[in-house]
Amino acid sequence: MIPFDYRRAVDVESAVAEAGGGTAVAFLAGGTNLVDRMKLGVTAPEVLVDISRLPLDGVERLPGGGLRVGATVRNSDLAAHPVVRRDYPVLSRALLSGASGQLRNLATTGGNLLQRTRCAYFQDLSTPCNKRVPGSGCSAIGGHTRQHAILGASPECVAVHPSDMAVAMAALDAEVLVHGPGGQRTVALVELHRLPGDEPHRDTVLAPADLITAVDLPPLPAGARSLYRKVRDRASYAFALVSVAAVLDIADGTVRDVRIALGGVAHKPWRARRAEDALRGRPATEAAFREAAEAELAEAEPLSGNAFKIPLARNTIVSALRELAGERR
Amino acid sequence: MTDLVRPRVLGTTPRRVDGPAKVTGTARYAGDQPVTSPAFAWLVQAEVARGVLTSIDVGRAEALDGVLTVLTPDNAPRLADTDDAELAALQSHDVDFRGQVLAVVVARTPEIARHAASLVRAEVGQRPHDVHLSADRADLYAPEQVNGGFETDTARGDVAEGLERAAHEVDQTYTTAWYHNNPMEPHTTTALWSDDDLVLYESTQGVHTTREAVASTLGLPPGRVHVVSPHVGGGFGSKGTPHVHTILAALAARSLPGTPVKLALTRQQMFSLVGYRTPTIQRVRLGGAADGRLTAIAVDAVGQTSRIKEFAEQTAVPSRTMYAAPHRRTTHRLAALDVPVPSWMRAPGECPGMFGPEVALDELAVACGLDPVELRIRNEPEVEPESGKPFSTRNLTACLREGARRFGWAHRDPAPGVREEAGWLVGTGVAASTYPVNHTPGSQATIGFTAAGRYRVEIGAADLGTGTWTSLAQIAADALGVDFADVELRIGDTKLPKATVAGGSSGITSWGSAVVAAARAFREEFGDRPAGGDETTASAPAAPDSDKWAMHAFGAQFAEVRVHVDTGEVRVPRLLGVFAVGRVVNPRLARSQLVGGMTMGLSMALHEHSLLDERSGHVVNHDFADYHIATNADVPSVEAYWVDEHDPHTNPMGTKGVGEIGIVGTAAAIVNAAHHATGVRVRDLPVTLDHFLS
Repeated sequence: MIPFDYRRAVDVESAVAEAGGGTAVAFLAGGTNLVDRMKLGVTAPEVLVDISRLPLDGVERLPGGGLRVGATVRNSDLAAHPVVRRDYPVLSRALLSGASGQLRNLATTGGNLLQRTRCAYFQDLSTPCNKRVPGSGCSAIGGHTRQHAILGASPECVAVHPSDMAVAMAALDAEVLVHGPGGQRTVALVELHRLPGDEPHRDTVLAPADLITAVDLPPLPAGARSLYRKVRDRASYAFALVSVAAVLDIADGTVRDVRIALGGVAHKPWRARRAEDALRGRPATEAAFREAAEAELAEAEPLSGNAFKIPLARNTIVSALRELAGERR
Repeated sequence: MTDLVRPRVLGTTPRRVDGPAKVTGTARYAGDQPVTSPAFAWLVQAEVARGVLTSIDVGRAEALDGVLTVLTPDNAPRLADTDDAELAALQSHDVDFRGQVLAVVVARTPEIARHAASLVRAEVGQRPHDVHLSADRADLYAPEQVNGGFETDTARGDVAEGLERAAHEVDQTYTTAWYHNNPMEPHTTTALWSDDDLVLYESTQGVHTTREAVASTLGLPPGRVHVVSPHVGGGFGSKGTPHVHTILAALAARSLPGTPVKLALTRQQMFSLVGYRTPTIQRVRLGGAADGRLTAIAVDAVGQTSRIKEFAEQTAVPSRTMYAAPHRRTTHRLAALDVPVPSWMRAPGECPGMFGPEVALDELAVACGLDPVELRIRNEPEVEPESGKPFSTRNLTACLREGARRFGWAHRDPAPGVREEAGWLVGTGVAASTYPVNHTPGSQATIGFTAAGRYRVEIGAADLGTGTWTSLAQIAADALGVDFADVELRIGDTKLPKATVAGGSSGITSWGSAVVAAARAFREEFGDRPAGGDETTASAPAAPDSDKWAMHAFGAQFAEVRVHVDTGEVRVPRLLGVFAVGRVVNPRLARSQLVGGMTMGLSMALHEHSLLDERSGHVVNHDFADYHIATNADVPSVEAYWVDEHDPHTNPMGTKGVGEIGIVGTAAAIVNAAHHATGVRVRDLPVTLDHFLS
């Protein structure tokens, strides 16, 4: 591990100011991904600013409904929160499908959003990676790509975002509260993460000194049902091959509203707008679900090792919507 | 016929002797041994699969505060013996596989050592490498013999003729993946020199085998090397043969007189430095008469070895024992590649080698329209098919019948792909298990009567978490005719009498035979009322019956598999095995071994797969996030039982060994059940969901 300085933040403003000074600063909360990367040498901050003791660990009701989740709320606490379990089952289930109990006890809301890809080539200093060393090349292309992207990738990077929580939040239209050098602002969660394009080293739209302070969850329409379905290579402690966060509101057999986000398929939580558009106002039938899924995946581009993700994503979307619609196959 | 020990403590389940120390965290593993002011070593590894180290710049590393020394091929002491290329640490500038050690950095803390290692600049002139295993390679060769000392090829009759006479033929190729042993405790050495004596606190399956290898490599008399290993956090074969880290730790400590050096491998380093199971390609041909009786068995196995050191997995060997057939053949071929050195991994030979043939047998059962349990019973041989020796005991049929009864196999509908429950296709499958009874000659034990009136039993045996501390004491108690509490066992130290390696499921057979011999000699010499200080040593006798009898354990494994209709996800809600393993020394420990083996077999079937990137020659999924091993959620129910088996030929305890047979056949049972569930026949492990997606 490369030596670094450690400072404990006293408040949000000074933490942000500390990060804006030009040195390579990383905010430390749960550290479940950051510390691993530091051990591997993938990330080498000069200064760690510990924000874990800042008063950002509350979950509050928002006026007008909805919930504000503090950035340092632990994943396990959020998953178990009674309001989350009752009103946002998709989020609770997504959280509980991620990592392990020990990790969820440490990992935080903000950190979960900002965790980095687990692409094996990104995490191995001996293999070229444009995300780790811009311009060095992508080793995943032509390598092992079972876990990699089928949507929105670029010739520079085919990595996927590993979070489950963020996929659920994308389906919930969550908003991210950010405190930066210029003050506070709000970023839609679906806009937080980027597609790789020709700058795969940038995971998000945040600047280095931006600190996530909370995530707002707007209320779901009364009667909407939600779920998270994660498909992976073992029953626990594995990243998604494909995951689906879905919110479905049906009235009289017709889709009044639907929101679908996919995990494990892209560099960011993938909001399936085409599928949603294809379904809204249509009868809630398996045929319609399938057609919508296929519309979303029409532009999917598989790599050598992950063509199976296209039928897998289609089937998982259909399976999730069918379950929400109350149909059994 | 051996003189069997009368069981009194044998067959009972005394509390694990090592249990309290382990659950309270006070059991000392190799990295936990208290030494004064240790230094810590970190490795620098090659990042290409083949080349020549042209220069290595350690200046920045050495300049770091706290760095004590950096050893490289430029300055490392010459070793006395480099015949074992795997152990020839820092002796050459050639790079023969990716991950080979180029330098070892020693510093005051592990963090400094790791940082300094990242500052070493190694220039390697890259040469073209070849890491591609295939059965079509023109340069496949036949090794002189295969692991275990078995013949490379065997043939009886004429397979072509047997296949011609068959009513049904199966001719398929099956593959098992590349697997890494991955014991929980990484390989660790604490080395310290005092004068010319070397002490190694080591995580090893055999203190004496480690001593011999280290002594010969370093050119020391064995008596000057003291290896201590009271507790081992799993090995699965990867701690059965010495690996290079032990030599590196010894060299590093010698370069720092008076300073003990600790070297613990990282999980990632374990993927290139401590052995692994070769991938195998198995072409299996079975001919079956209309009634299912085999007319021919041919197994042609291909595996890989490293170019610098040969290891030949004996993949086709179990087929020489399993079933009767007049025409038969087995062959082994190897590709020598620029890959790390393969070695033992739990049930080498039997584990991969009972995959292809046991799936092929299921395919034959389908072709013949026969129940796969019945098919196996119909092909029971009267004697060991290739050696012609009678079996000392063979209870495969009993295991199949008892397993079928417990599992609820009767009235199974053989039709594949027709049972659906709540979105899951359901199927069941069976496969057989086998493992030889191995006796490794050379163990000795000392028994002494202490002033406190207890019996001190000493032997340099190993406990890999398997329970030796308890089971060997049980054997001693019965051999002496005393209570379990009156035995004080000492193991895991070269100061104790010589013990053979914990490998080949031979530990209890080999060490237990020595303990029994010592106990009998002690009673003969001192009678039933010894005095304090009375002591005697004896060696395990040669296994006299092994020339006359074929000695093997057998088993039958049953699996239920569910495959999700939409996603292809594969689950194994139930595994059940029944084994015939001779006398069971300690039911709790034996069940733990069998259940553990079956769990590892499930993991092999569904999850484990070291992914080689042929461009760079490295295994990319070299950590526990990416190298998937079954989690608790993957293993809802594993049951292990055994049939009563009385074998007077194996050893004085009547045991056969339980450490490895549990992993043998599991993957085949799961693949067969997956076929029954879905109608899809998977012949390449692991059985992942993409096999079933439509």
